[in-house]
Amino acid sequence: MNTLIELNNITKTFDDQQVLKGINLKIYENEFLTLLGPSGCGKTTTLRIIAGFDEPDCGELLFGGIEISKLPPYKREVNTVFQKYALFPHLDVFENIAFGLNIKKTEKSVVKQKVERMLELVGLSGFEKRDVTSLSGGQQQRVAIARALINEPKVLLLDEPLGALDAKLRKEMQFELKKIQKEVGITFIYVTHDQEEALSMSDTVVVMNDGYIQQIGTPTDVYNEPENRFVASFIGESNIIEGVMIRDCLVSFDDFEFECVDKGFKDNEDVEVVLRPEDIDIVSPEGAKLTGTVESVVFKGVHYEIMVKSKYRSYMIHTTDFCEEGRRVGLSFGPEDIHVMWKMV
Amino acid sequence: MRYFKKLVRPYIAWSAVVIIIPLIMMLLYAFTNSGNSLLNIQFTFENFKRFAEPVYLNVFLKSLKLGLLTVAICLVLGYTLAYIIAQFKESTQNVLILLVTVPMWINMLLRTYAWISILSDNGLLNALLSKLGLEPVSMMYTDFAVMIGQVCDFLPFMIIPIHTSLSKMDKSFIEASYDLGANPVQTFFKVVFKLSIPGVLNGVIMVFLLSISTFVIPKLLGGGQYVLMGNLIESQFVSVGDWNFGSAISIILAVIILFAIRWMKKVDAADN
Repeated sequence: MNTLIELNNITKTFDDQQVLKGINLKIYENEFLTLLGPSGCGKTTTLRIIAGFDEPDCGELLFGGIEISKLPPYKREVNTVFQKYALFPHLDVFENIAFGLNIKKTEKSVVKQKVERMLELVGLSGFEKRDVTSLSGGQQQRVAIARALINEPKVLLLDEPLGALDAKLRKEMQFELKKIQKEVGITFIYVTHDQEEALSMSDTVVVMNDGYIQQIGTPTDVYNEPENRFVASFIGESNIIEGVMIRDCLVSFDDFEFECVDKGFKDNEDVEVVLRPEDIDIVSPEGAKLTGTVESVVFKGVHYEIMVKSKYRSYMIHTTDFCEEGRRVGLSFGPEDIHVMWKMV
Repeated sequence: MRYFKKLVRPYIAWSAVVIIIPLIMMLLYAFTNSGNSLLNIQFTFENFKRFAEPVYLNVFLKSLKLGLLTVAICLVLGYTLAYIIAQFKESTQNVLILLVTVPMWINMLLRTYAWISILSDNGLLNALLSKLGLEPVSMMYTDFAVMIGQVCDFLPFMIIPIHTSLSKMDKSFIEASYDLGANPVQTFFKVVFKLSIPGVLNGVIMVFLLSISTFVIPKLLGGGQYVLMGNLIESQFVSVGDWNFGSAISIILAVIILFAIRWMKKVDAADN
């Protein structure tokens, strides 16, 4: 895969507040990349710098190897789907989608043909003459995507595009966006604070917090092998336990030693251990290393969320098997369920 | 809520007394001869026919021309100023808008008198010209003087509605336009101006209304010979004493303004 966009040491400050503290990121052709993080982490600013609405204070922004951080947005080969769509209220659906082509003085018949094809792609054929303000949120969303894609950009930027939609529609649009991305075969850079959205759509997830990139990886990587406490707690639910790495493949926490699959730490280094709630099994207390009492049981639909109070802490466990409160139980997990991370300073 | 609705009643009574009844009386005057007694009323179209005489038609056309010119000048100046103001940060904008409205706190008569001392033959401007070694120019009692007075008096009524529609405009529309490849000039004409049209129309209506019916400014800056619709109506009531003809002209003016507003609203609706 070829590198399309490269961010080198990008920083940005707004009113004495440093929003980006040195972002280094490579974005490849045809990839679905998600910038994931809580609000204020700098993900939207990163997107706006790529779009050209904000200029970085320092650092390089390369597009196909050429520095573009000073290039105005109307000269960049990227298009944006805005958070609130920003469809022009004085134009109808057709005119909104045709806006970019009309600016380029494209021939009328070509415009008509392309708009029709775009409407077909986003499933809104026959909506040409509709007033954009009369459309539902999901339909406006589709018009916004069509309006951006018709310019055949090399990169489509999406700023929390599903934020305003209800849960069911979000699911549908997630699926559809992924489908559209595969169909047009261009890079999508997607900004969201919703970890589920990020995991289910992306090829690459970039987890951000506090102006820094915390981890870059595939969805399975960031979920299964979080690099630090922030990533582990932000993506999915997890039990985070302080421990000591005795040597490669052996970690100790809560008075016991456990076999694991992690390597590359110093002997006796302080580390943090992640145990995903769904990876812990409830077993009988005899012979189990960790034991505790069931503190609470909450029905969550697909599974139960069970809190087990052990000697040092409460463990969260997700299981489909019911277990009554007050019972003494043992906890079991395999070596591959233990994820060891660097301790955050 | 229902309880509060009752509070509108005094207002209704008030408008009936000071708006509706005088309007009916104006209509009555306009459609009758002078010298009627209460018992013997004779209806006639004579007053309206009289308005079609060239003397009066010329006054009307002159008023219309001057009104439209004032609107045009106010639009160009007002839009430019409103646009510049809207670029500042919000607190600065509030101060600037306050400055725009400051002249409105001063009596219009005084403001107009101030122009006399600036424009008159031995006024401020001519003093400046002679200091520079130039010939004095006679500016008072010309279209130019009336126009300058009207533009200065009415400009805030253009700036404020345009500024309102510009400042509440969502900045993401402008970003979306840039994003789709439009440069700043294209963005202005294809997005910003189009979205500010409601404000422009309000400003145009206000300024047109004010300038077509004003009589103080043409009287003071245009001199006694300078007659516009406002002056014509004033003279019919005050000096000539022909209330019937004066009422008829007022009604003609009101109808014209009404249609102008309706037409502009329609243009606005068709545009959106």
